[in-house]
Amino acid sequence: MTAISVRGLRKSYGALEAVRGVDFEIEEGEVFGLLGPNGAGKTTTVEILEGYRKRDGGEVTVLGHNPEHPGRDFRERIGVVLQQAQLWPTLTVRETHAVFAGYYAKPRDVDEVVELVGLADKRDARVKTLSGGQKRRLDLGVALVGDPDLVFLDEPTTGFDPAARRAAWEMIRSLRSLGKTVLLTTHYLDEAEQLADRVAVLREGRIVRIGTPRELTTGDREVEIRYRRNGEEILLRTAEPTRVLHELTTDAVARGEELERLEVRRPTLEDVYLALVQEDAE
Amino acid sequence: MRLFLHQLKTEQLVYWRSREAAVFTFIFPLLLFVLLGSVYSGHIYGVPASQALLAALLGYGCAMVAFAGLAITLVLRREQAILKRLRATPLPPVTYVASLLTSTLIVFALETVALFLLGRAVFGTPFPARVGSVALLIVLGAVCFAAMGVGLSGLVRSGEGSSAVVNLIVLPMAFLTGAFGPTHHYPRFLRAIGDVLPLKYLVDLSNAVYLHKLSFWSQGTAIGVLLAWGAAGVVVAAFKFRWEPREA
Repeated sequence: MTAISVRGLRKSYGALEAVRGVDFEIEEGEVFGLLGPNGAGKTTTVEILEGYRKRDGGEVTVLGHNPEHPGRDFRERIGVVLQQAQLWPTLTVRETHAVFAGYYAKPRDVDEVVELVGLADKRDARVKTLSGGQKRRLDLGVALVGDPDLVFLDEPTTGFDPAARRAAWEMIRSLRSLGKTVLLTTHYLDEAEQLADRVAVLREGRIVRIGTPRELTTGDREVEIRYRRNGEEILLRTAEPTRVLHELTTDAVARGEELERLEVRRPTLEDVYLALVQEDAE
Repeated sequence: MRLFLHQLKTEQLVYWRSREAAVFTFIFPLLLFVLLGSVYSGHIYGVPASQALLAALLGYGCAMVAFAGLAITLVLRREQAILKRLRATPLPPVTYVASLLTSTLIVFALETVALFLLGRAVFGTPFPARVGSVALLIVLGAVCFAAMGVGLSGLVRSGEGSSAVVNLIVLPMAFLTGAFGPTHHYPRFLRAIGDVLPLKYLVDLSNAVYLHKLSFWSQGTAIGVLLAWGAAGVVVAAFKFRWEPREA
């Protein structure tokens, strides 16, 4: 079953074309990552799917609904973690969960969710006393308390320290084991790689690559060959490293030279991603 | 209905839990009543000063709870994206607004009861002779000022600035319209400004119902002006109210 289907999605803010024809599908139970630098159109895309914004063009179906007219039934089935939402500072963690549970027809058990997001020891603490990481866990708990089928996570770990990020990753992984469909946006490559079944790389409102994290990094990657000649560094990029290296070394051996500091290197995931998002348009 | 009651309970919990807001909007008019009541003596409008002050501060209480408090709350919740977050839940916006307004009405009704109890205890002021008319006054005041409060929240841009902007409106308005005491000795032009402000008509209504024991329905002008201001608030709210923070 398809949870989300997006075809030719477009959205402009005045003269700024934020999303310029985006297509993707997300299967039920899949964790899908939208990866890209700031301003690539990730949040705009997600907010259209959540029902916050109207699109200018394209076909969008989310859980069989058109999110442009989000009804109660649609709201019952989605959970949302916004990038910068706060909650009532004076309520406790448990009270906040209970308030949100009350909005849904069939909520999960409040204490169970508090436990699930790792806030059991903070259940009676006021929201304003929580750390940044704990607040994001509260956001996640509140998004899960309605027992949604589909969870939107907009940059769930931005601003986290490494330990908090790992904890958040564990929690997002646990969503998969609950059978939830997850749409995650991030500008961290390692996060997409760690969490997502499939990733779409977004740049300037377009998808420039889509696939599993492995597919993204094993495509048409060129290998870098570096060496020094007369103190000058030489860098070759090639898709045929065997042939190029053979020619290079044959020449050098024939001349009786040593290729100083010879190095053959596959680009890392980071290199591929940076190359994708930094290519000049057209 | 279940959602309405759930949200009403939530609003009450949030209001009384956030002590700063509760003190600012709820306790402040009571405090002012005690202070002014201790300063003014003799008779105003032919009644003991404490009674006249009670009637006036009833109007001020409404402006604080329904107008100032509601506007600041809505601006903060909008800028903190609490409103945006709530919109992603199955809670219908109409239910949210209805429970927020009802919650405001409850707070103002409690404020009124507190004023009368305090007046009785400290200054020996009588309880109102026309309870039904006072109840109608509470509903009309809360609804009209809440409508203006929602409208104002749409005009205030930033959360940090909201309480400054709101006070800049409420304090002079209270001063000019007699909500802090009588204005008949003010210069003519100050009274002329006060004459167009909605709080003047709520204070008039309060004076008529409480001090002069007149029926609520005999005060057509005051009711009409208040409804007109309330309608203006609704119109502004319809165009300017936003659910999402003002960034980008």
